[in-house]
Amino acid sequence: MKNPLDSLWGTVISGVVLTAVLYLVVKTLIGA
Amino acid sequence: MEFDFIRLGLGRWLHIGAGVMWIGLLYYFNFVNAAAAKAAAADGSAAGISKHVMPRALLFFRWAAVVTWLAGAMLLGSHLPDAFLFQNRLYAPIGVGAWLGTIMLFNVWMLIWPNQKKILGIVPASDEAKNKARRTAFLASRVNTMLSLPMLFFMSASGGLFRTALF
Repeated sequence: MKNPLDSLWGTVISGVVLTAVLYLVVKTLIGA
Repeated sequence: MEFDFIRLGLGRWLHIGAGVMWIGLLYYFNFVNAAAAKAAAADGSAAGISKHVMPRALLFFRWAAVVTWLAGAMLLGSHLPDAFLFQNRLYAPIGVGAWLGTIMLFNVWMLIWPNQKKILGIVPASDEAKNKARRTAFLASRVNTMLSLPMLFFMSASGGLFRTALF
């Protein structure tokens, strides 16, 4: 499998996905 | 009052200003320079970038990262443990942003800068070591670009979106 970080768009999409995952984790953590 | 003005007013100004320089240069490296350097290498004009652009860009890049982190720590003040150790759940959003920024600072000083020194010939390295350094610096820079997205989200949204109203 190709490393998504080798492509600029793969990097940006990985960042957006990570943002969404962390948002859900933190939202659950603080009960907001 | 004066201390608050310095810490929360000037401190935030410094934090954002240095952060713009740090992340702006990070995006320059990833969105502009990576492709430009490849094209320049193909037509034999890469020497100018390596000699005149990269050392200056990396100087401002790595020190802006330090100033950004220190100004951020000053803004957190006595709430630093609340954020970094997740001791207070209201500080969890900014804590995640602070951790992402800290990991990025680590990458700048421990992975990107030492490897760029080999690539640019600031420290001696064999061709094999330079190739390895190129890959490590590239991936560390891409990891930081990826991490910058959630980092900026948690830095900017921790007050409004999560309704903690602390920042």
